[in-house]
Amino acid sequence: MGENLSKEINLNIKEFKIDLLKNGGDPGVLIPLLQSAQDSYGYVPEKVINYISEFAEIPAAEIYGVVTFYSQFRLKPLGKYIVKVCEGTACHVNGAKSIVNMLLNELGIGVGETSDDGMFSLLSVACLGCCSLAPVIMINEETFGSLTPDKVRKVLKKYRQK
Amino acid sequence: MVEVKVGLGTCGISAGGYTVFDELKIEKDKNNIDFELKETGCMGMCYREVLVEINDEKGKWLYAEVDKARVKKIVEDHLISGKPIEEWLVKTGKNENEDPFFEKQKRIVLRNCGEIDPNSIDEYLEKDGYSAIQKVINDDSPEDVIKVITDSGLRGRGGGGFPTGLKWKFTSEAQGDKKYVICNADEGDPGAFMDRSVLEGDPHSVIEGMMIAAFAIGAEYGYIYVRAEYPKAIERLRTALGQATEKGYIGEGIFGSKINFNIKIKEGAGAFVCGEETALIASIEGKRGIPRVRPPFPAVKGLWGKPTNINNVETFGNVPWIILNGAAAFASMGTEKSKGTKVFALAGKIKKSGLAEVPMGMTINEVVFEIGGGIKDGGKFKAVQMGGPSGGCIPASMGDIKIDYDEITKTGAIMGSGGMVVLDETTCMVDLAKFFLTFTQNESCGKCTFCRIGTKRMLEILEKITLGKGEEKDLDLLEELSYKIKDNSLCGLGQTAPNPVLTTLKYYREEYEAHIRDKQCPAHSCAALIEYKVIPDKCTGCTLCARNCPVDAIEGSVKEIHKIDPEKCIKCSLCFQACKFDAIEKI
Repeated sequence: MGENLSKEINLNIKEFKIDLLKNGGDPGVLIPLLQSAQDSYGYVPEKVINYISEFAEIPAAEIYGVVTFYSQFRLKPLGKYIVKVCEGTACHVNGAKSIVNMLLNELGIGVGETSDDGMFSLLSVACLGCCSLAPVIMINEETFGSLTPDKVRKVLKKYRQK
Repeated sequence: MVEVKVGLGTCGISAGGYTVFDELKIEKDKNNIDFELKETGCMGMCYREVLVEINDEKGKWLYAEVDKARVKKIVEDHLISGKPIEEWLVKTGKNENEDPFFEKQKRIVLRNCGEIDPNSIDEYLEKDGYSAIQKVINDDSPEDVIKVITDSGLRGRGGGGFPTGLKWKFTSEAQGDKKYVICNADEGDPGAFMDRSVLEGDPHSVIEGMMIAAFAIGAEYGYIYVRAEYPKAIERLRTALGQATEKGYIGEGIFGSKINFNIKIKEGAGAFVCGEETALIASIEGKRGIPRVRPPFPAVKGLWGKPTNINNVETFGNVPWIILNGAAAFASMGTEKSKGTKVFALAGKIKKSGLAEVPMGMTINEVVFEIGGGIKDGGKFKAVQMGGPSGGCIPASMGDIKIDYDEITKTGAIMGSGGMVVLDETTCMVDLAKFFLTFTQNESCGKCTFCRIGTKRMLEILEKITLGKGEEKDLDLLEELSYKIKDNSLCGLGQTAPNPVLTTLKYYREEYEAHIRDKQCPAHSCAALIEYKVIPDKCTGCTLCARNCPVDAIEGSVKEIHKIDPEKCIKCSLCFQACKFDAIEKI
């Protein structure tokens, strides 16, 4: 099964840094491997976990342990637009709560969920690091700062029309 | 040649820095003007982004809040016609009308941030870059270096405040065939962005600091553990490492000596606990970032079981300066036990949020009012939160406390890594304690029982109190749990997790009591304890509130006074925020 699986994965993996696996169970390789898998797929698919387990000789249970320990890793694909709402301290005291309320209301999904049409995923993050612009959200790579609930609605409208 | 620099730290980029940069490029080509367009890191004035500095024969001119439209005019008036646009300038070539933001600062760690192009090793070299490492290789023994760092009084800037020289000494004395130097760039406090700004603005100085540490302790390998959430910092670090390797500063036989030193970047995957040394080491080893019992300390048994020295970004950033300027120069700044400067990320309800580096010994009031310009929107200064989830709140009444590790620890807060979030009277202290505990509870790795379960129980109690269901005995229980968690947790995360609760209980107990006894939130912040009402005299009947209400709880037609149905209202505050006439109040 191992060979078939690796063939199947290889077909799908273009960006995934297979070369990291050359060193087999080289200690410390697991997190970079998972990061590159997520870079390629947008999440860490189950078959990648099995694949890494086999080739790096790390038990799958341990890999799941690592995947679920770090907030960066996801086991499910995300929507086209990833809305990250900052709930860092500066945003919190500058009214992040009403921004979250507006997002929940407008998107109709909870934090950590993806809309049925696959358009939006809503994530909450601890700090985006641009505290002077609080409250802040980020949609994919674009940052929107000094927000009010009304501005959030306008921003989302723009993305819906894209 | 005239230089034009655009501040492109994460803050500048978020505010539209690249649009300004590209526009400048277009205008430059279109008008065929001869100036050098450059990127630079964070200039500190995040509250006036996007910042553009023009450096011409008459001096340095700093333009604030630059956007596409302003670029055009700046190019036409200043760069072509030689007439600076006074009203957009925050710093002029004549050194007049300067924003006092910089006046009280002393920039050591930030010496090159916002000055040089972080992508250019040559600009770092022009600022005496890599001359400190050459000096120690040529003139000093490892013991000499450790002595200088010890004498300077430098203490760990990650929050703990452990003397850096002593830490180096321990690792240098430890036996091991291999030794490691690690730079902790896993800046995880929500509300802190000092380390990110240093890495984005002056990556070479951190690398040089690590090299000096490696020389002092005899390490050949280094790791920079940096948050994956800091893509720009990682990108600039990679560029810097590539350049330093190409020049032969990193690698085998550096600067013609027999010393080898290599650095790898490890991207953290998002776990606050990895800021703790032993958890960070576990994470580099590819495992879950779970701390272990100390001793043995990493200095004796660290990465892969070898002696390892870990310092944070800001600590390393100080090192080359200390080597070049001497221990005495560094120790001349600050208080008796806290030397040098500290970088703070000012945020929250403050007018000028940004990055400020101040000499130790400055008071909190000076930082908040003289550098930060005071409270925004006419609010009243209530407290500063220092040290993030591990720290606590220092009330405004104690604003003349000095920035000093020991003085701040005495208040119940900690110096921390430099996050300083300013609070005004709209912040509910119970809610803030709940906010931090939600964070630490979420980030607890689960190893220690009290940290895992105790924080959960504390969070439940806080939740109860903010819902108006608290009981008198809850406060004692909160305190009891706090001390149990502090005493029975292995690492800093658990040992400090109760601090936000303890400090707010200490200074704002009456706010907790108001929630419990009177079922009231004095800051009008806790949703369950407030009610939204329309002020009839102010309502114009514009219907905006009703249109914003997600649950149709607001009745009223056009030009009619609106009414909120308290039964239906979910207290999301959207109407309050939407109203343009301040006609909705929280009671």
